[in-house]
Amino acid sequence: MHLILYILPEIFLALAIMFLLMLGVFTKKSFNLVYLLTILSLIFAIALVLNQPEEAYRYFGIIKIFNESYIIDKLSSFMKVLTLLFCMFVLLLSNDYVKNSNIDKIEYPIIILASTLGMILMISSFDLIVFYLGLELQSLCLYILASFRRNDERSTEAGLKYFVLSALATGILLYGCSLIYGFTGSTNFEVISEKLTESNMGAVFGIVFIIVGLAFKVSAVPFHMWTPDVYEGSPTSVTSFFALIPKIAAITVFIRFLYVPFINVISQWQTIIVFLSIASMILGAVAAIGQNNIKRLVAYSSIGHMGYALAGLVTGTNEGIHSTIIYLTIYLVMNLGIFGCIFMMKRENVFYENINDLSGLSKNHPMLAFSFLIILFSLAGIPPLAGFFAKFYIFMAVIEIKMYSLAVIGLVTTVVSAFYYLRIIKVIYFDRPKKAFDKNYDWGLKSSLILSSVLILIYFIYPTILTDIVTSIVIY
Amino acid sequence: MNFPILSAIIFIPLIGAFFIFITRGSQKNVEENSKYVAIFSSLTNFLLGLFLWYSFDSSTSNFQFVEEKYWMGGFINFKLGIDGISILFILLTTFIAPICIFSGIHSIKFKIKEFFIAILVMETLMLGVFCSLDLVIFYLFFEGGLIPMFLIIGIWGGPKRVYSAFKFFLFTLLGSVLMLVAIISIYWITGTTDLIKLLDTRIVQEYQYLLWLAFFSSFAVKLPMWPVHTWLPDAHVEAPTAGSVILAAILLKMAGYGFMRFSIGLFPVASDYFTSLIFTLSIIAIIYTSLVALMQDDMKKLIAYSSVAHMGFVTIGIFSLTKQGLEGSIIQMISHGLISAALFLCVGVVYDRYHSRMISSYGGLVNIMPKYAFVFMIFTLAALGLPGTSGFVGEFLVLVGVFQVNILVAVLASLGVILVAAYMLWLYRRVIFGRVASSEIKKMTDLDKTEIYIFASLVFLTLFFGFYPEPLLNTADISINNLIDKYQTDINFHLSQKNN
Repeated sequence: MHLILYILPEIFLALAIMFLLMLGVFTKKSFNLVYLLTILSLIFAIALVLNQPEEAYRYFGIIKIFNESYIIDKLSSFMKVLTLLFCMFVLLLSNDYVKNSNIDKIEYPIIILASTLGMILMISSFDLIVFYLGLELQSLCLYILASFRRNDERSTEAGLKYFVLSALATGILLYGCSLIYGFTGSTNFEVISEKLTESNMGAVFGIVFIIVGLAFKVSAVPFHMWTPDVYEGSPTSVTSFFALIPKIAAITVFIRFLYVPFINVISQWQTIIVFLSIASMILGAVAAIGQNNIKRLVAYSSIGHMGYALAGLVTGTNEGIHSTIIYLTIYLVMNLGIFGCIFMMKRENVFYENINDLSGLSKNHPMLAFSFLIILFSLAGIPPLAGFFAKFYIFMAVIEIKMYSLAVIGLVTTVVSAFYYLRIIKVIYFDRPKKAFDKNYDWGLKSSLILSSVLILIYFIYPTILTDIVTSIVIY
Repeated sequence: MNFPILSAIIFIPLIGAFFIFITRGSQKNVEENSKYVAIFSSLTNFLLGLFLWYSFDSSTSNFQFVEEKYWMGGFINFKLGIDGISILFILLTTFIAPICIFSGIHSIKFKIKEFFIAILVMETLMLGVFCSLDLVIFYLFFEGGLIPMFLIIGIWGGPKRVYSAFKFFLFTLLGSVLMLVAIISIYWITGTTDLIKLLDTRIVQEYQYLLWLAFFSSFAVKLPMWPVHTWLPDAHVEAPTAGSVILAAILLKMAGYGFMRFSIGLFPVASDYFTSLIFTLSIIAIIYTSLVALMQDDMKKLIAYSSVAHMGFVTIGIFSLTKQGLEGSIIQMISHGLISAALFLCVGVVYDRYHSRMISSYGGLVNIMPKYAFVFMIFTLAALGLPGTSGFVGEFLVLVGVFQVNILVAVLASLGVILVAAYMLWLYRRVIFGRVASSEIKKMTDLDKTEIYIFASLVFLTLFFGFYPEPLLNTADISINNLIDKYQTDINFHLSQKNN
């Protein structure tokens, strides 16, 4: 019985999904109510995660339940809170957009909630099968979300493209899982870790396939093809969800796979991750230069950022994991901000996506322009903003193991990527003003944007707030 | 000394900027208020700088007013402190900042509030560079300066401002990222980024060369040295007057300061090894950019190239690694800070009135603006190093210093002095003397009161330090001695190891 207590957040979310579905179906015009209740249930789920039973932390903060297939430790708790929190912020942020762009169906928040549940299962999984189930739950929801504006060609295209490619990647991943199972005889991460050796060629193939599948989920080069199209085609509210939430789960699973079952064969996967990381950093920096659509630009920039996050994982050390987690957290805050700005690009209830539409923003909206400025410089990694510290921790970890070439390439791509962030700043600050945007902002949008800008701006005053939490996370 | 005076001096401009940021009301009110806040906070800072100099103990080479605050998990601490070298740059910065603000009041016509915020934030970051005693903190301030400077050039600049702003930003950023790699490497090699501790550790010689090059890549771009100086003329030309002043007077000095503090202090063996590289690049910079300056028809561009040449003297002086050379470099940097600031202000004066920077647009100004002609003359002569101006003291000491180590370099550098005279005098003749170029120039008014005050202060300091550089030299003396002593012992240690 007491095992149930550990998965209360998951159970609560599942019940909430069913309840909200009923509520939505049986009451008329219930979108606003369902939307609000979704946000509230996310908050309640955060409270449940934070309020784990005492015993959960008795054994070095780790507890494994259900035949050791489900793990609750500091990593999973931190990532779950991150997922739920940012999911809540994304919903707050996109409320106005969802209402104004004709996708205000009750299914929308419910599917997001279901997808979040899938991610939380992924984060806590300690077994190939549980992991796969969580992955499927979240991906199926994401396909629907991408094509949510079903009358729109681009949205349908995005959904279909994402579905086909993602199904392929998931297939490869599943094949990898079965190879691992075949060669080690277990689906449990701990057991796999003991059985895996470098001479086990079949299992090494399995590792490669699993990494390919995961790389697809974090959209690392060369498995990034879907990202720009899906980001551009999906409704912006869905794009903001895509750019933030699935990355958390995917990175967590990446950490879990590389550092628990595969840690003994680090020499096999290290070069792969180095390649993924360098390729993503370079492509993310170079390909974004030519973009005029801000959503496509964010897509490429997120590819680049995932490259940096992966660079932390290359190291095989605890510092590496910490730097990746810090990077991910700061990335989430920055992207929350940039999507907040994108949601504000609205004239007479029509949303704009082109960078040129921002022209001269600083004249009509000085505060919005200032937020944009902070967030963009932070994305470019200029000190003293938060984005610099994110990169700083990554390169601390990378240089510790003396991978100088990776560090230098990473920093040089920072300079290249600075160019396109500067381009947006140039449009905002140096160009002639256009017609002003609407000023009737939603309070949720406004407060999320202010929160993210302020966090980015003042992070340097007290950086230990984040690092203290993250450094307590230990992987065994 | 418990009062955190260095933190105060760093953050007063930032607090001023914050107050300007939150001012609300009608546009006229906001502009008036932000103007007063900016003047007030920058002048307070200048007085604080003077007080700092007054209470500074120039009989010790230790770092003074040291502050340390727990930051970033304890492995990197927020550590501030100054010695005889940094205090001079702090004084220069606190002196130049109010001048920029006064100049901004005069010539900036739109987004005035934002302009003052940018200048004050810039002042905070520049002061931070000179005060920081931790490599990471130093990097933070050093790089952070890119943001306000990018905006100053991009928003208030001339017609090609976007190109210049981008070039400035990307050039300096590319140079600096390698320094970041080096800083992190130093942390993993020695276990600390605390400068005081690092100065007492000998970094293993094999690492020194690469680390030195990484720091060099950053400082060489910022200084700028040939061949990575190309961003400077563009940035200077397009920046508003106040921006050019900050760039020339302080931003470039950060690199010279960095060479002294980090390259020589932390990597003496490598500094010794790469001296010839520095000498070659500096000589090319002096002669080549002087020749280029002769060809310019844009006044600001000409002064920008002359900056590159002058900074060539600075690097020669630093890497002569003699007492006179280092003293000369410091004086040269301070005096260049005053003179180039004044020259850019001079260009700004005529630009505000006639909106042209072309030399050919002007002529015969001596008849129309006699006071202006007088001021311009003093700074022209100071720039070419006439005895009695601070420019002379710097160049002379540098040449004395370098004569002791390398006569060829000294001779070639002296050749540069002649070239400087050539283009500066030619510039002066074409702008001030000759026939009045057009009837519209006749309508130009002479210097007004604010401008006279600004120039008077600059003229006074240039001449004062020209005749009596003792205050500067006294302050820096012990620190320079200490730097050279440490360098010598490290080199000797290295040589004795080699012989064994």
